[in-house]
Amino acid sequence: MRRMWILGIESSCDETGLALYHDQRGLVAHAVHSQIDLHQAYGGVVPELASRDHVRRIVPLYRQVLADAGIVAADIDAVAYTAGPGLAGALLVGAAFAESVALALGRPAIPIHHLEGHLLSPLLSADPPAYPFVALLVSGGHTQLMRVSAVGEYEMLGETLDDAAGEAFDKTAKLLGLPYPGGPALAALAQQGTPGRVKLPRPMLNSGDLDFSFSGLKTAVLNAVNKGLDEAGRADLAAEFQEAVVDVLVGKSLAALRQTRLKQLVVAGGVGANRRLRERLDLELAQRKGRVFYPELALCTDNGAMIAFAGAQRLAAGLAHPADAHEIAVRPRWPLDTL
Amino acid sequence: MNDSTVVIDLADTAATEALGARLAHALAPGLCVFLEGDLGAGKTTLVRGLLRALGHSGKVKSPTFTLLEPYAISSLNFPLYHFDFYRFAHPDEFIDAGLDEYFGQTGENAGVCLVEWPDKAGAHLPSPDLRVALAVVGEARRAQLVACSEGGRACLSRLSAVVASRPPAA
Repeated sequence: MRRMWILGIESSCDETGLALYHDQRGLVAHAVHSQIDLHQAYGGVVPELASRDHVRRIVPLYRQVLADAGIVAADIDAVAYTAGPGLAGALLVGAAFAESVALALGRPAIPIHHLEGHLLSPLLSADPPAYPFVALLVSGGHTQLMRVSAVGEYEMLGETLDDAAGEAFDKTAKLLGLPYPGGPALAALAQQGTPGRVKLPRPMLNSGDLDFSFSGLKTAVLNAVNKGLDEAGRADLAAEFQEAVVDVLVGKSLAALRQTRLKQLVVAGGVGANRRLRERLDLELAQRKGRVFYPELALCTDNGAMIAFAGAQRLAAGLAHPADAHEIAVRPRWPLDTL
Repeated sequence: MNDSTVVIDLADTAATEALGARLAHALAPGLCVFLEGDLGAGKTTLVRGLLRALGHSGKVKSPTFTLLEPYAISSLNFPLYHFDFYRFAHPDEFIDAGLDEYFGQTGENAGVCLVEWPDKAGAHLPSPDLRVALAVVGEARRAQLVACSEGGRACLSRLSAVVASRPPAA
């Protein structure tokens, strides 16, 4: 069997990620440029700045991964890239670059769904889960539970009805006067506080389905902030907020495992790096003789490795659908269960 | 206080959704509505009430991440767009993202534009027909609706005629 090099390109939001995955050697090279510093001043990701920064970063990162892997462009067998969902301008940078490289090399380009990259990313670790498993995807733009039966076989079990969990973290952080990115700053403040001193709701925890809602939690935080808080009060509120989000994420994940009668949970997306969430999931799953799998920390946030890997998996499964005309088409809104 | 301004006290989230439902029945194609108020004031909640009242049973996601959530509602013969410019750092982002194409349309392309954080797009946004400002009053909210055009005044008078109706149960 011929050996394969897959180039992976991710540019759906504020990280430019490139990687080279080899079907026998695994992940050989990957590089990510994060725009956190760029957006920090503005308190959030700025779409147009994001696209411009992707343009600046993508070629140097491409050269870097080629050099790190010790190969030349002609060695690349396929180019996988994030075609959606995400910010249209940001996606177009990666798509245009990927299709151009593929066209120049006479190789296929494989459009990949960003969330498929995330939910397959734990399979890149040294001790990967086996299909089937339940995946909890939690990030700034997404919160959903999926049943993953095989590559390309995803069933939506539940998702947020309003705000994503990461968005709730970011906006709550802003309400508490914390700097961007809000999630890690809020988690740090929560460590100094005690949950339960201020009471916040656990939205939809007992709704009987697997959907989420975080918008009401944000409103409850606003009401608490408006009543006036001292330093200790802020920390307690941060701790209670984090506990409320974690309670809901954990409760719904366990319900999804019960409903599907599965024992393996995969957690992907930026919020999956939250320490309190990991502690609680590890404990709950251990008590149920189940297991929870996380991508390596470096692969929790957006990266090219997961896109290269998803491309390789799709190629191996005969599920890659290269656009023969090298059309540059992105899908800023693209439900994962329509793959 | 005149026929261009209406102030409504909203005791809770349900009241905010009910105001959205009233607004739903007062819409007309081409109408541009600014939704103003701090984080957590209930802007998206109002839009949820509005969409539910029009028979939309699907999700009403925050457009903060995507900037725009479009809706094709079968009970309306025009599209409805829910914008959120919260993440803009500079008003030019609005033009760069190509969002100006949705505003000021006429004929078949004229939809209703509901805009959260309109100030972040600055002068690029056309002036609205209606502004809905949600103020936080303890745990309650106070909505001030101000008509800024003929279309806005017509909308407001239709809204005042609508008996406060509850959104249909999901």
